[in-house]
Amino acid sequence: MSLLELRDVRKSFGAIEALRGATFSVEAGAVVGLVGDNGAGKSTLMKTITGVYRPDGGDIRFDGASLVGKDPGEIRKAGIEMIYQDLALARMRDVAANIFLGRELTRSVLGVKLIDSKRMRGEAEAMIAKLGARVKSVTQIAGQLSGGQQQSVAIARALTFNPKLVIMDEPTAALAVREVEHVLELIRTLSGHGIAVILISHRLTDVFAVCDRIVVLRQGAVIADDPTRGTTMNAVVAHIVGAAEPARQGEPQ
Amino acid sequence: MSLSASSAPSPRGWRARLAGATAFRFESLLVLAALVAVMAVLSPVFLSVSNFLNIVLSTSVIGVLAIGMTFVICSAGIDLSVGSLVGLSGVVGALTTANLGLPWPACILACLAAGAFAGSVNGFLITKGGIPPFIATLGMLGVARGVALVLSNGVSIYGLPPEVVYLGQGRPLGVPTPVIVLLVVAFAAHVALIHTRFGVYAQVIGDNEAAARAMGVRVERHKVLLYALSGLLAGLAGLLFAARINSGEPTAGLNYELTAITATIIGGTNLFGGRGSVIGTIIGAMIMGVLQNGLNLLAVQPFYQQIAIGAVLVLAVWLDRVNSAEGWRR
Repeated sequence: MSLLELRDVRKSFGAIEALRGATFSVEAGAVVGLVGDNGAGKSTLMKTITGVYRPDGGDIRFDGASLVGKDPGEIRKAGIEMIYQDLALARMRDVAANIFLGRELTRSVLGVKLIDSKRMRGEAEAMIAKLGARVKSVTQIAGQLSGGQQQSVAIARALTFNPKLVIMDEPTAALAVREVEHVLELIRTLSGHGIAVILISHRLTDVFAVCDRIVVLRQGAVIADDPTRGTTMNAVVAHIVGAAEPARQGEPQ
Repeated sequence: MSLSASSAPSPRGWRARLAGATAFRFESLLVLAALVAVMAVLSPVFLSVSNFLNIVLSTSVIGVLAIGMTFVICSAGIDLSVGSLVGLSGVVGALTTANLGLPWPACILACLAAGAFAGSVNGFLITKGGIPPFIATLGMLGVARGVALVLSNGVSIYGLPPEVVYLGQGRPLGVPTPVIVLLVVAFAAHVALIHTRFGVYAQVIGDNEAAARAMGVRVERHKVLLYALSGLLAGLAGLLFAARINSGEPTAGLNYELTAITATIIGGTNLFGGRGSVIGTIIGAMIMGVLQNGLNLLAVQPFYQQIAIGAVLVLAVWLDRVNSAEGWRR
């Protein structure tokens, strides 16, 4: 049984069918590349997995249980973390608060649950150190950090709670070359620890460098799902732009 | 906005540390001190103990409103209905004893329930209805005031129970009861805003709503709670007001939303959400109280006081814009 199984997932926004029945699966510890043109439905599909959107049809199963109808907090608890392209940080709060956002540690004082900032700082520091991130202090305000540092915070947040699956949305798009290598190395490390990764990226070289399998999404449906070794960059590009596929009827554009 | 990685450590020392804990704005204390100094020079009676008690007493109603407003503005919302809710809750509370003959606890509960109910309606209109907070609460401003006038036939309702009147007029140990209520509410609200998930999530929603949602904060439910809290505190303010004048007054709290918003913004709560401070809000409310009291002592017509309050609000927001150009605020 796969770790994550999507079966015929559908999602529409008004008259726009963003997902027309997406089906694919991710094994434990696997690195799956998810590629597709802008508007192919990648982000919608991921936000449907993380519970930000509710699917109109189909089923999403994780670790044997259906995720449909669960909210983002419950889905994080189940072991799925996502690193959003915009990083989803609270820019006015410090690094520690961001790492524990939604999962604050509390201590009980006179029956009132107060946020335990001291413990959160300590654990955040340990996580940042473990990742080798270049963040000086966990009390720095997230909005004052550089783009790369902000991404370190988002990554630390995703890895602090022992996830089974980490979804990364364009993690290398805004990074310098050296930082890209760091992220790719991180993906390999996660996979080595049995943590599955879905990598969404426009940079096919990155996808070919780390992924075991490449899933191509086109107009809301999976049109190719091949092992990296069994495909080529040209074939993937052809799938992305639709050149390898006979034109379907009634499609927009 | 500067995003440079190696920017020098903050040079502001203890002020930064103070501001780090809350969004409390140090300048607001200076403004308050300057205002007190000016008024003391201009009016010989300003610095008396009885006048000081007058100021904190008149500040208490606005202060309670502004505390609720602080939570709402932190979440990048606004509640324009609080002034009308002061009138509505006072009328509802007075009617429970004057017309229905119920005992005094019912009067208190009715005031609070009226405010909390109207606040919850605001919250549902905003989250389920998708109506912008400005419009939803502006509608409630009209509706609540209208309901207060209908219920009371437009006249004051007398005959509050003495236990309730004590809440407005009593002076245990020489301190007016409303001031004690304000301090208790302020302490609880300060702890809630800074040290609990409830308050922190309010600020995160104002900071980055999509991030809050993605990280598992139940944003919609939380917003309903925030507007319900604002309504509840408006109900409490209405109770204090009615108790002080010993009647349910349908026009009570007229334009109080203006003063409450001004106090909140002067105190350092970010108008566009993300950060706020209850301590700052109390100082802001004191500034508004000193301003009104001083203008009263100087025999300035109330018409001009409206001008002053409006001008202070715009000035405070303008100063915030100027400051934020150098800071991290978006």
